[in-house]
Amino acid sequence: MRAVATIAPRRGRNVELLLTALAIGVVILAYVNVSVAETEEIPPDLLGHAGILAGIALAFHLVLRWRASYADPIILPIVVLLNGIGVVVIYRLDIAAGRSFTEGQAVRQLLWTAIGVAIALAVLIALRDHRVLRRYTYTAGAAALVLIALPIFIGYEVNGARIWIRLGSFTFQPAEIAKILLAIFFAGYLVQTRDVLALTGRRFLGITFPRGRDLGPLAIAWVASMLVLAFENDFGTTLMVFGLFVAMLYIATERISWIVLGLSMAAFGAAIVYTTASHVRTRVLCWTDPFSTQGREECGQLVQGIMGLASGGVSGAGLGRGRPWLTPLPESDFIFASIGEELGLVGTMAIILLYAILVERGLRSAIGLRDGFGKLLAAGLSFVIALQVFVVIGGVTRVIPLTGLTLPFLAYGGSSLLTNWTLVALLLRMSDHARRPEPETDPAQMEAPTEMVRTVR
Amino acid sequence: MNQPIRRLSMVVAVMFVLLLVASTWIQVLGAQGIREASDNRRTQLDSYARERGQILLGGQPIARSTEVEDDLEWQRVYSDPELYSHVTGYFSFTYGSGAGLESASDGLLSGRDDQLFYDRLTDTIAGREPRGASLELTIDPDAQQAAEQALGEQRGAVVALDPSTGDILAMVSHPNFDPSPLASHDVPTERAAWERYTEDETQPMVNRAIGGNLYPPGSTFKIVTAAAALESGDYSAGSSIPGPATLDLPQTTSDLPNASGAACGANDQVTLAVAMQDSCNTAFGWLGMELGGDAVAEQAEAFGFGEELSVPMTVAPSTFPTGLNPPQEAQSAIGQYDVRTTPMQMAMVTAAVANDGVVMRPNMIEQVMAADTSVIDEPEPDALRRAISSDTASELTDMMQLVTTDGTGTAGAVDGVSVAAKTGTAQHAEGAAPHAWYTAFAPADNPQVAVAVVVESGGTAGSEASGGSSAGPISKAVMEAVLQ
Repeated sequence: MRAVATIAPRRGRNVELLLTALAIGVVILAYVNVSVAETEEIPPDLLGHAGILAGIALAFHLVLRWRASYADPIILPIVVLLNGIGVVVIYRLDIAAGRSFTEGQAVRQLLWTAIGVAIALAVLIALRDHRVLRRYTYTAGAAALVLIALPIFIGYEVNGARIWIRLGSFTFQPAEIAKILLAIFFAGYLVQTRDVLALTGRRFLGITFPRGRDLGPLAIAWVASMLVLAFENDFGTTLMVFGLFVAMLYIATERISWIVLGLSMAAFGAAIVYTTASHVRTRVLCWTDPFSTQGREECGQLVQGIMGLASGGVSGAGLGRGRPWLTPLPESDFIFASIGEELGLVGTMAIILLYAILVERGLRSAIGLRDGFGKLLAAGLSFVIALQVFVVIGGVTRVIPLTGLTLPFLAYGGSSLLTNWTLVALLLRMSDHARRPEPETDPAQMEAPTEMVRTVR
Repeated sequence: MNQPIRRLSMVVAVMFVLLLVASTWIQVLGAQGIREASDNRRTQLDSYARERGQILLGGQPIARSTEVEDDLEWQRVYSDPELYSHVTGYFSFTYGSGAGLESASDGLLSGRDDQLFYDRLTDTIAGREPRGASLELTIDPDAQQAAEQALGEQRGAVVALDPSTGDILAMVSHPNFDPSPLASHDVPTERAAWERYTEDETQPMVNRAIGGNLYPPGSTFKIVTAAAALESGDYSAGSSIPGPATLDLPQTTSDLPNASGAACGANDQVTLAVAMQDSCNTAFGWLGMELGGDAVAEQAEAFGFGEELSVPMTVAPSTFPTGLNPPQEAQSAIGQYDVRTTPMQMAMVTAAVANDGVVMRPNMIEQVMAADTSVIDEPEPDALRRAISSDTASELTDMMQLVTTDGTGTAGAVDGVSVAAKTGTAQHAEGAAPHAWYTAFAPADNPQVAVAVVVESGGTAGSEASGGSSAGPISKAVMEAVLQ
């Protein structure tokens, strides 16, 4: 019996449906655009192909209505739009490379999308409460370490980086999955130890530095990332793992000193690597001066990508009217340049802003969550997306040296799609929790017999 | 924990702003420079993807683009490729465009020039593929053909100008090259041709008419020295000046001899007119020292020495040395020492004499036409400056006529037409045959054409070569072609 009728909180599911339909509409238009530019006819299988994407999106939307009805309504449309644009651009590159639709990479990307969504939905359905994950803190940490280290032993090298393993006929980048597991491990570990890390320490130069023994985890993370870099030649993953750890440490402890320490250790590590590894020096040269004589010999991909972006200008050549295939790996590492060439600054800004909004929604969920573990995990996963986008686009646009990471949802690649859809499922799960109103105090529970013992596992 | 998450959001915001700034820089602010990078394949492909303008002579294309069924879409085709190789230049996918109008007027031909802005705009609005502008040239095909044939296998160059307008009527440089294989879409063909042309010691792709190493002008430079003398007011065609068999050069042990080894006139004295007619070295050497290096240099500059011109191909500036001592003044006055010039420059000197003393800007573009054949630009004759007074011009004309009637240049005389000319036989290296020069204009009373010819290292005549005998007939052939 409530005296005051409360206003029902907005769940936003209808908004989500509308925006998702809009996203699919944009993707279908882009698809028709590519097809008309290349073959001058509307794709014959338009309804079928569009139907697959619409079906995937609708399934996800319905599961959200069913299992996470308060989930943030902006996340799904953004992800659908990014994934759809990615498939269209890959399809466009299939045509340029002379691959038929059925043999092309776009179909595989669609297939991986379907699998990724299926796994994500399974996660959403099975995982009713993200706090359950806290129980698996150390399992996740161990699994992440194993996955990251796996390619050292059974991996093989692609373009100089040893980050791939083969599973039957599939190739897989284990570090992709490791990033979620690591976020879970960091969140669980930091929630446990944050008081020690936050409160003890010595003051020096006005900053409180942690005690030596509390430095342990940071040191381990640093050494681990250096080892990964050394053995697998994978600068991108190192940067991501280390950045994620420092960010989460800062959130947990609220102490700037961790960041100062982390950055100086990173700088130290970078200096060591720079002086010892010639390929890293090449990367730095390509970053600072790709248009020099030596740069043009060493940094062909980056130079071609930049020339592609430049040729796009403000409005782009138009989908299907540029020459993105002149850049090596135009559908994976350099898909941003491919998009920039054909959709122009308008397109690249749209992509960057979509990612920015996605990350912002994740961080907002983190703030809305009421448990420390959830806050850390949501912030960590959001920051992983931000970092990855920054490292990839920043590498292509020469903000930072180029490293080999893929752009979430856009770039071609199965492991990346699976992982990022799962990551989004976790974010949606947590945003549902964050936005769900506080449960009414259950009278039945208050009247529960006092002898009943509630166990917390 | 909310405070650090908010701070982290700010960090994320900064990261994304950095990405936006970097994208904006590459795609907008810095894009122009990146697009213009010489090895930007996209820009190269773009220029192939649209129809490049034609290069026309009297409405007939000597370079045009035809549609083909390959990636590059348009194939450049040259008619008479070797005859016009230094006019058209080449348009190569691998090696870019160069050596002629393909490079000098690339903006117009490719359609990227600002002059074509409105055409591009309307094309874009109408959904048409933008097309390049076409160039109608001032070249006279008969004169070009005559120059080519007369020069034959010899190395050298010929330039013919219309003295009153500066229009280039012929421009031939030997050896020449065939631009067609360079424009091939087959990379090995392109490469083979490129290697053949660039590794050839005779440098077939250098346009000797306007560039290259430049030549010492030899006695043709005496026109400039004579002009300086007349302009000084102290001399006239009838002035008597010293013309001994050898001129003693002060401050040195060497002498300046006459080519014939004899004195130019009785009592070692000669009139300026006869000194010109017989190309008397000692008289002009003496004159150079009397006038001084600065006066001759000033006169040379008035004719265009030291000035870079575009016709629209770049003409290398001819040079006259500065800070000369008397023996150097004497040598420079007869076109030796460090005087270096292009056939184009010598044609300009002669054309200025023909044109009442006024130097016209040389140019080979008659009209620029948009793809719809509307005229975008029609360069007007442009007077660079007055080099000499009208009186000096007419006195020089009279003196130069003597060269073809009674002097060293009779081989360049044209039947029934009065030709004003000057020969030159330029020593350029110890033991090497001299360069043979001939520059002339005709008819003397109503000039229609001015010509400069150089035959490198004596051509087929070798060490027996002289300006009159080797270069004169070539000048004659070109003039006949223009005047007929």
